[in-house]
Amino acid sequence: MAVGASFADLAVILVDATQGVVTQTKRHARICALMGIKHLVLAVNKMDLVDYDQQKYEDIKQEFLQLTDSFNLDSVQVIPVSATEGDNITKNSDNTPWYQESALLPYLENIVVTDDVDMEHFVMPVQRVSRPNHTFRGFQGQVEAGALKVGDEVITLPSKEKATVKSLLVTDQEEDEVFVGQPVTVQLDREVDVSRGCVLTTSESISVTDMFNATLLWMDDTELVEGRNYLVKLGTQMLPGTVMNIKHKIDINTGQEVPADKVYKNELVKCDISLAEDMVFDKFDHNEGLGGFILIDRVTNMTSGSGVVEHELRRSTNVVWQDTDISREIRAQQKGQKPVTLWFTGLSGSGKSTLANEVEKRLVSTGHHTMLLDGDNVRHGLNKNLGFKEQDRIENIRRIAEVAKLMNDAGLLTMTSFISPYENDRQQAREIIGDDFVEIYVSTPLEECEKRDVKGLYEKARNGEIPNFTGVSSPYEAPENPDIEIDTSQYSLEEATDYVVKQVMKYLD
Amino acid sequence: MKTLSHLDQLEAEAIYIIREVAAECENPVMLYSIGKDSSVMLHLALKAFYPEKPPFPFMHVDTTWKFREMIEFRDRKAKELGIEMLVQTNEEAAKQGINPFDHGANYTDIMKTQALKQGLDKHGFDAAFGGGRRDEEKSRAKERVFSFRNQNHAWDPKNQKPEMWKLYNTRINKGESMRVFPLSNWTEKDIWQYIKKEDIEIVPLYYAKERPVIYRDDNIIMVDDDRMKLEPGEEVQHKKVRFRTLGCYPLTGGIESDADTLDEIIEETLGAVSSERTSRVIDQEAAGSMERRKREGYF
Repeated sequence: MAVGASFADLAVILVDATQGVVTQTKRHARICALMGIKHLVLAVNKMDLVDYDQQKYEDIKQEFLQLTDSFNLDSVQVIPVSATEGDNITKNSDNTPWYQESALLPYLENIVVTDDVDMEHFVMPVQRVSRPNHTFRGFQGQVEAGALKVGDEVITLPSKEKATVKSLLVTDQEEDEVFVGQPVTVQLDREVDVSRGCVLTTSESISVTDMFNATLLWMDDTELVEGRNYLVKLGTQMLPGTVMNIKHKIDINTGQEVPADKVYKNELVKCDISLAEDMVFDKFDHNEGLGGFILIDRVTNMTSGSGVVEHELRRSTNVVWQDTDISREIRAQQKGQKPVTLWFTGLSGSGKSTLANEVEKRLVSTGHHTMLLDGDNVRHGLNKNLGFKEQDRIENIRRIAEVAKLMNDAGLLTMTSFISPYENDRQQAREIIGDDFVEIYVSTPLEECEKRDVKGLYEKARNGEIPNFTGVSSPYEAPENPDIEIDTSQYSLEEATDYVVKQVMKYLD
Repeated sequence: MKTLSHLDQLEAEAIYIIREVAAECENPVMLYSIGKDSSVMLHLALKAFYPEKPPFPFMHVDTTWKFREMIEFRDRKAKELGIEMLVQTNEEAAKQGINPFDHGANYTDIMKTQALKQGLDKHGFDAAFGGGRRDEEKSRAKERVFSFRNQNHAWDPKNQKPEMWKLYNTRINKGESMRVFPLSNWTEKDIWQYIKKEDIEIVPLYYAKERPVIYRDDNIIMVDDDRMKLEPGEEVQHKKVRFRTLGCYPLTGGIESDADTLDEIIEETLGAVSSERTSRVIDQEAAGSMERRKREGYF
């Protein structure tokens, strides 16, 4: 229903006059409002079954107006009808002499639904840059708001340059002026730094920042958890972003705020979206084209959620990255090594920690400066406030990745040894750490791990004493393309160490 | 403030979709069937990128049994417009002599569906534009604009992505591909009105003209070349006929008609539909379009 509503300008919601406003009526009205529909018609049907009782109609009307009062709509019309008898469908009915406003069809034919977006200012997200030859450089896109004339000055976002419009094409026709909704090609009078995802505008008030507050409709079968990283598509831009600070859910029926821990399909939440880089956006209320977004799962590529920007958040401007004179390169040079993070992942009992430990010993013996992060030195200190819930596990991995990166910045060769079962989390770690991330998959089969059961954990998990135990009651998503893979059930510890160290050397040159 | 007409809005939407694919997909192709919908889609692609040529090739799946006038039209248009036109035929099956007379239902699968898959695989296309519309049949009504196919080109209705606003998710996993339908929201009436408004050239077979035909099982089949096998008692007649859809000539039924101008065609094609609209639209639309299909000679 949300998909359909996202394309609609107006919605007709039906209620049964004998039933009045029910839960589903509220749900539908709320989704319509969220998706940007500004005009609602409530058709109070089956008026014939309540003897065309004006009081019934008035009661329903009042209740609906009360419900929609907070929705920021441009128009609400409540029409008493009977679908089977045809009352107030094509023309006003004699059965409802107390209703003198428009019947349903004439109302739909006459209402103006042109969006009340900011018509003062021109806004066009750039879909692509057309360069058929050396002389032509056109920015193609659809006008999202306002109008633009040849000779007008535009601002390019995010580069914030100014240029004058040299020519305008609406499809293949030269025009002096273009309007909202038209597919256009804009040529400017000078070179500007503009590519797909940039925005041409005449407005000075569009946000360019890396965080916003949003209302999000979750659409994926997998639940939403705070801290997960997705691709955010907004306008023609696409950037990695993380769902942060899930504040509360909105009960879609009552509109009330309810606490949010996990968020399931079809639920509505207030949260913040933190982006990897600056993005150009606007409040959805102000401009649908720059205020609606979708979240794309980075592993399955599903469209997992869709949302609307409520307002920008200025986090980034408050924290200025401290530039230091001694750089990462200088620190690494001093130690005579290339700092990388060796990220060991695998099941409990797969031999990750044993192997990481041996690899570290070997590297130290050949003159490398190293640091090993594992459960013991991280869980008991830095992360001791984290439990084993899913969002805690995500935060655990995030902190480890950030620490590993700092260690790399310090010039150290860093090893981490954590189960890290989710592709998404490892992907995020890879993003935080950057090019120096080397994924080592310790692919010892589950049966072997369970046979070893060094800490007796598998037995406990099988007896139901440990919930969410990876490999038993919680999934392990094996890396698809690990940089290094080793199955410790096939080799002695020494052979395995030899192999891994040999592979690691390729990344240290 | 100017507001866009109904056709302007449909055009803007289709152009937006076509540009999104060009910007986000690595190796797109536009399927071209030579029919009226393909003619509209080609026209939109030209307008979307003007003055640049469309930044992707076109591909026609040729069963070797198309009307000769279609092939002439295809080759002339590609040359006139300076676009790259790939022609894909299931060569092996053609050599084996697969034909519409002897191989019935399998023929379409072998010469059309298989040939299409061969063409997409051969060139490694990750997105293929098609001219499908939601009003064509019930099963298409739920189809997305961007429709995802697995490695075997199969459609999994459960695994499609919700499409919100204009935010199309074009990300695919390795081996998957997309079919993209920029005309999804158009109706047959929109197509004809747009052809008239934009003065788009269509294959002359749509216009009534005296043509050599035979009558077979209540259908009028044109004898387009000497591969057409006549059955006992069948006799070639010269009748003024035209075609409402175009495909393989032995499988495409024509209608007797005098409509030899665009206005007359529109009148003839849409007259029945618009009169249906005056009463209950929903029920009769579905029934009406099925009926129309039979009349059009879909087997």
